[in-house]
Amino acid sequence: MRIPSAVNAVVVAALVLTAATLTACGGNSDTAGDAKVPDDPAQVTGDITYAIWDVNQQPAMQEIIKAFNQQYPNVKVSISLAVFDQYFTKLKTQGSSDNLPDVFWMNGPNFQLFAANKQLAGLDGLQLDFANYPKALNALYTLDGKQYGVPKDFDTIALWYNKKLFADAKVAEPTADWTWDDYKTAAGKLKAALSPKGIYASSDELGNQGNYYPAILSNGGSILKDGKSGYADPKTAEALQFWSDMVKEGYTPSGAQGAEIRGRDRFFSGKAAMMWNGNWLVSAALKSPVKNDLAILPLPKAPSGERKTVIHGIGNVMSAKTKNPEASAAFLKFLSGKEAALIQAKAGAANPAYTGTQTDFVNSAPYALKTFIDAADQYSEPYPVSKDTAVWNKLELDLLLPAFGGDKPMAEVGQEVATKMDEALGKEK
Amino acid sequence: MSSARRSPDGRWPWLFVLPTFFGVLVFYFWPLLKTVYDSFTDTGPFGGSTWVGAANYSELIADTEVYRAIVNTVVYTAIVLLGIPLAVLFASLLNRPGLRFAMVYRTLFFLPYVAMPTAISLVWRIIYNGEYGILNQSLGVLGIDGPRWISTEWFALVAVALLGLWMSIGFNMIVLSAGLKGIPGELYEAASLDGAGRAQQFRSITVPLLTPSIFFLSVITTIAGFQLFDQLFALLGPENPVMSKTQSLVFLFYSAAFDTNERGYAAAVAVLILAVVGLLTLFQFRLQRRWVTYD
Repeated sequence: MRIPSAVNAVVVAALVLTAATLTACGGNSDTAGDAKVPDDPAQVTGDITYAIWDVNQQPAMQEIIKAFNQQYPNVKVSISLAVFDQYFTKLKTQGSSDNLPDVFWMNGPNFQLFAANKQLAGLDGLQLDFANYPKALNALYTLDGKQYGVPKDFDTIALWYNKKLFADAKVAEPTADWTWDDYKTAAGKLKAALSPKGIYASSDELGNQGNYYPAILSNGGSILKDGKSGYADPKTAEALQFWSDMVKEGYTPSGAQGAEIRGRDRFFSGKAAMMWNGNWLVSAALKSPVKNDLAILPLPKAPSGERKTVIHGIGNVMSAKTKNPEASAAFLKFLSGKEAALIQAKAGAANPAYTGTQTDFVNSAPYALKTFIDAADQYSEPYPVSKDTAVWNKLELDLLLPAFGGDKPMAEVGQEVATKMDEALGKEK
Repeated sequence: MSSARRSPDGRWPWLFVLPTFFGVLVFYFWPLLKTVYDSFTDTGPFGGSTWVGAANYSELIADTEVYRAIVNTVVYTAIVLLGIPLAVLFASLLNRPGLRFAMVYRTLFFLPYVAMPTAISLVWRIIYNGEYGILNQSLGVLGIDGPRWISTEWFALVAVALLGLWMSIGFNMIVLSAGLKGIPGELYEAASLDGAGRAQQFRSITVPLLTPSIFFLSVITTIAGFQLFDQLFALLGPENPVMSKTQSLVFLFYSAAFDTNERGYAAAVAVLILAVVGLLTLFQFRLQRRWVTYD
């Protein structure tokens, strides 16, 4: 608690209000339009900022800048790092005062908000060949037929498990043919053998991208379809119920427990035997004490035999109001190229989106990382987004997360989410 | 202005006041007015607003989250206010003549106040942890099965408030110690000559003469209580399933402004906070005549 030094209530309360208004000034001017990359690199000069949120990837980004400067020696790129929880808060504040960084990372849930509010520059002047990136990701960064973001990397979901804990519990290791039932049955056996040691069968985080989106899609349900919520769909409810039952049986820690100890932390400290999670955890896995016991397989299949995952990836975008469109365009073009992708892959920090550059990433860890790439090629679906994704993402967090493991049937909870989500979707424009 | 002309220094004082005055105008009054204006508009995440009249306020009145946030904020503030009587007790103990290591105690009590709230919250996150936290381990020794402090409804609020209380003690004690130093020693001498014991002296001399400091503390603690945000955010984490049942008014404001991008609605919440804090402070000033002793 910070105790203010002045007693004057009005003045002190104004402090609270300042935050509201500082972010509210600044208007919308016209977009700069599509920036072009100049012909002669030496003529491109100036300082630009590149905003990112992942400190693990900073060294790779630095290396990309170094390579960029060999072509464009007269552009100085500085990296601006903000942790993910504050990243978009910061960007929105900068955006409302026309001070966005020149080039920055974007994600699916926030993309349409920025694009529809004319914060992002078009890419036509860059003359990129979008066929080099996965279709689902191009679609993610396209609004009204126009693409504003270049896929930087991609992530999909797979089954992570700890071989040693399976052996300790004398439970047969998972296979690529597992169904949800097999997952649950194994969880029961694991629980019986391991819970006396404080070890959970699964440490699924009950997150949307890692857990219930893949389950819903595998089961033939939907999250967002033709501008309507898919949460009222009985197929969606079945998938949610699968997770709820996992929690109810005590196989998976509840959402509340997850708020105290994240599932991944439990898993990487050897306190859980398996989880559904993404390839963004590879560098964390390699640093963990259980790094030699881990393995990766495709996700278990829904009862119908179907298997799906969402595919998401960071996009590099450019501010519509950059003061240095030429240098920004040149840098974005370089970020979108094969060389930048290869640098990323070698660093092992992210799985590059550029087709054919993933080999180095796959070889960066002794796990079956190809699983994530096969998932992208064979059974991935686009990450669901709308213009104001954050609004219904919050509904998922407030309504679904506490309900997993509860007595209320997930069909009822899903119905509630659907009603409120449709209301929110109706307000989007 | 006329007083400036009468002043022997001419207009010079105004020149020196101007920078501060300008600052207050730009950074306090302009935002204040702008916020009130914004609360009557529908403002998007990147600006661009349309006038909607009182729509944000009718939404505010219909929003059950607002009532819950008010209750949470009041409960939090009430618990942190308990820090004042505690601080009175500790401050008088620490001010006893001849106490050894008084400086050490004072430093220990004051440390939480000068440390960064977010850093402290992260440490308490570990202390409160339901499975491995030292708090529940200690309760376990006593045979008590502790709750999951930061992820159970109401307990989470109490956990945040206890942290707030703990952090406030140091500052309260500094203010109260200053107040204690201002009480003339003769009063105690006279009282003990008249046969008043320690407890009687505390009740009849210390507490009444400290009431101005206590009043000051209760006003600023209430204001600060209504600004609860940072330790709530850091202790519980934004993805906590009980957050929607534990959030404070400022958290509601934050989430409207930055999560769901309803800047106009957020401004209305901010105006509500201003109004509530203003009323409470007014009420406290009215009430002080009944219990604050100014000699």
